[in-house]
Amino acid sequence: MTKKTILNDAHRQLGARMVDFGGWDMPVNYGSQIDEHHYVRKAVGMFDVSHMTVVDIDGAQAKLFLQHLLANDVAKLTRQGKALYSCMLNETAGIVDDLIVYYLDDENYRLVVNASTRDKDLAWIEKQAESFDVTVNERPQMAMIAVQGPKARQKVCPLLPERLGLSAAEIKPFSACWFGEWFVGRTGYTGEDGFEIMLPENKAEGFWKQLLEVGVKPCGLGARDTLRLEAGMNLYGQDMDESKNPLESGLAWTVAWQPENREFIGRSALEKIKGKGTNDKFVGLLLEEKGVLRGHQKVVLEDGSTGEITSGGYSPTMERSIALARVPANIGETCKIDIRGKLKEATVVKPCFVRQGKVQVDF
Amino acid sequence: MSNTPDDRKYADSHEWALLEADGNVRVGISDHAQELLGDLVFVELPEVGQSVGKGDECSVVESVKAASDIYSPVTGEIIAINDSLEDSPEAINESSYDDGWIFVVKPVDISELDDLLDAKGYENLIEDE
Repeated sequence: MTKKTILNDAHRQLGARMVDFGGWDMPVNYGSQIDEHHYVRKAVGMFDVSHMTVVDIDGAQAKLFLQHLLANDVAKLTRQGKALYSCMLNETAGIVDDLIVYYLDDENYRLVVNASTRDKDLAWIEKQAESFDVTVNERPQMAMIAVQGPKARQKVCPLLPERLGLSAAEIKPFSACWFGEWFVGRTGYTGEDGFEIMLPENKAEGFWKQLLEVGVKPCGLGARDTLRLEAGMNLYGQDMDESKNPLESGLAWTVAWQPENREFIGRSALEKIKGKGTNDKFVGLLLEEKGVLRGHQKVVLEDGSTGEITSGGYSPTMERSIALARVPANIGETCKIDIRGKLKEATVVKPCFVRQGKVQVDF
Repeated sequence: MSNTPDDRKYADSHEWALLEADGNVRVGISDHAQELLGDLVFVELPEVGQSVGKGDECSVVESVKAASDIYSPVTGEIIAINDSLEDSPEAINESSYDDGWIFVVKPVDISELDDLLDAKGYENLIEDE
């Protein structure tokens, strides 16, 4: 049975093309995906991300528990509302999921995890929580709308209830504020400024329509994917999974090694991997010829060794094809990509192509 | 579904084939196909002079979402390709039945067109999908 978000009817009324996404009936685009992409880079678009899973971790040992559960350290979070990106590892340092954790106070945190991994994540978190004084509460009744783009704040703030608009206008990037059941994080998955807004399901359709009225363009998962690819943000299940560790997924920066005595799950395995030195690294690729890079295409180095594209596609901002790839660490400045049997030239770059509307790489 | 031109035939792999006055067959993809694919960003064209068999992969269209093979609906020789698609693949989205044509085949046997669907048959096919 395909699951539907509370905004399903609203998407259909807008003529969205719907697809199955991890068991959810979701809009992939409402018209031109490329137009939606540009609108977010230049103005403001919105995405229904209510399929994502919100999990509250509460209790006297909430902080201690999350310091054990996550590879990044929630002790970095000292200001109320501050957010942190982290991997959740298994004992062998494979990535169970990536997530955002928000700090409400020392006994209350909120996690946002991927929709496609909901069941295993909840089972994993609950199992790990058994020996801690915490409660794990999923919040399936919350809708979530991401409003992204340089004009996101000016469009959203006046529509928020009570004084939340004033608070939301003040918060710094990667921070959140809340009022009642409304929760506003200045976070996103596009490389642009904006908010991710969690709100009660019964308010979602009204809020969505208000956003439409003030000119926020509805955008589908298609544009969300090209935006995050340009921003160089990993997608769980494509760029990493349980068979990969953070060091070979471009996520070493999310692992908090200090303090040394913090025993997070996967630490000892990851220390061994780090000690041996990883063979693979995570890079960005720019296709120098015509064509489109896609996930699973083979990357061929000068010495004949090979790697693999994990996510690829067309960059509407750069009007050429880009990709994220896991490759042998000795890769040079260029490589070849096997596209349907033809080897095409690509340049190796840092995996961050576009941020805040600006191209970050030479091309 | 009244936008399926009835002057041409359709393959169940979503190509259209238009028999022209000079006896050649112009090929493109249906409006339904372009809509499924989404915004087109790249077209790999066949070469003029290339021989193709009925059902052979001879071109690839790539959208923001996926790559899709284009099969020749008839056996023959490629005698023209739509070069303008190299710079403007979106012509397929905007005008799949006219400006968005992909190639022209000089057919060996035009009776091969009889194996394809007419407009009504094609509409029934995509309704069932």
